Amino acid sequence: MSEETGTIYTETVVHSAAEAFAKDAPYQIAIVTLDSGGRVTGRILGERVSIEDRVARVETREGVPFFRKVM
Amino acid sequence: MRPVAVVGMGKTAFGAFPDRDLRSLAVEAGEKCLKNAHAALSQIDAFFLGNFAGPSFTGQNHLAPYISTALGLRDIPATRIEAACASSGSAFFHAYNGVAGGVYDAVLVVGAEKMTSQSTPKVTEILAGAGDCAGEVKAGSTFASLFAMIACRHMYQFGTTRQHLAAVAVKNHANGALNPDAQMRKMITMEQAMAGKPIADPLNLYDCSLISDGAAAVLLAPAERAGEFTDKPVRVLGIAQASDFVALDQKPDITTFPAVRRASEKAYGMAGIGPADVQLAELHDCFTIAEIIAMEDLGFVGRGEGGPYTLEGHTARSGERPVNTSGGLKSKGHPVGATGVAQICDLVLQMRCEAGGRQVPRHSLGLAQNLGGSGASCVVTILGTV
Repeated sequence: MSEETGTIYTETVVHSAAEAFAKDAPYQIAIVTLDSGGRVTGRILGERVSIEDRVARVETREGVPFFRKVM
Repeated sequence: MRPVAVVGMGKTAFGAFPDRDLRSLAVEAGEKCLKNAHAALSQIDAFFLGNFAGPSFTGQNHLAPYISTALGLRDIPATRIEAACASSGSAFFHAYNGVAGGVYDAVLVVGAEKMTSQSTPKVTEILAGAGDCAGEVKAGSTFASLFAMIACRHMYQFGTTRQHLAAVAVKNHANGALNPDAQMRKMITMEQAMAGKPIADPLNLYDCSLISDGAAAVLLAPAERAGEFTDKPVRVLGIAQASDFVALDQKPDITTFPAVRRASEKAYGMAGIGPADVQLAELHDCFTIAEIIAMEDLGFVGRGEGGPYTLEGHTARSGERPVNTSGGLKSKGHPVGATGVAQICDLVLQMRCEAGGRQVPRHSLGLAQNLGGSGASCVVTILGTV
């Protein structure tokens, strides 16, 4: 998959997760405004992000995009 | 369309009731309502049930006739309506249309949910099913996290603070402490509300509504026949339901809910009033940020002003426009499918001057706002005794 980039529109760190994700908590999710247009909800890997941070898609697991902060 | 009135109401206490099942809660509320309206079973023309996830929470499907027959109703149409947390608001809306349009005379509307038989992670998972399961839910979103992302953006765009969110919780707990039917009848301090266990940043435990069991019921009839049931009828002056995207990431601006704006504009137009005329309101505070945004979308205040307006005390019982005198979903409890009808019941109590220690002096024009999901469904109802 080619790298996709975007900007954090909003984010949260989830502490209390649904049953299927309980083992991952706490984890960060975000809505990302993609440079290619549109928005997508994905997971954040590594360093925590804030609104306006730039991110790049690093992988996709079962259709869910995972992003990482880029400088 | 002919004028319609709420002519009876009944509800169970809200809480965690390990010995009660969904049907017994719904039957208790329905029977109390029929008694309150001095109505005979033979007078009821139709039954509407608002219920979000009975099949997931309890395993039971086909809930409307399951409950209507337990109430003793026979033969009449019995229909379940699901619109996430706006399920019973929507059931009320459809019942209203049936009476206003002349299809039915007396219609019983019950909202009910039984949630506490499941663990919190399981409840969280079932509730997440009101979101987009192919997108946000698969990424790990919970409902708290969707509203946390809404709060995060609202804080960024308008300068809303943690203190503003906490002020909603403190105010609603102060009201719920006076409500004998509320699940959490205790006051909390600003310090407590600011320092709750984190759920989804920036929301903590005190920003979140409760996991509850409970049911509520109302009886609707043509206004001209209201006297057969009660000497304290409450008129439905305006009502509308509107819809929007289920997925939060499809909304162009997540700090406002177009469905709330659309439904309230129609309801205000129908009632011939504006937001400034509303004396008291029951708003859908599933999370503290939701009450703040509801006030903005309903036109009570401008965008970004909901937090300061709350912190300044304008929505307290002693304020210019009391909001959630029942304690709201935060303190009264939030048995999801019961909430919309429970809001109507709480307004009716105020309008009949039967709200006890929570009674407010100006109570002739009230508004209920029932939200489903992260804004995909909304029902706004305006009630009056004027």
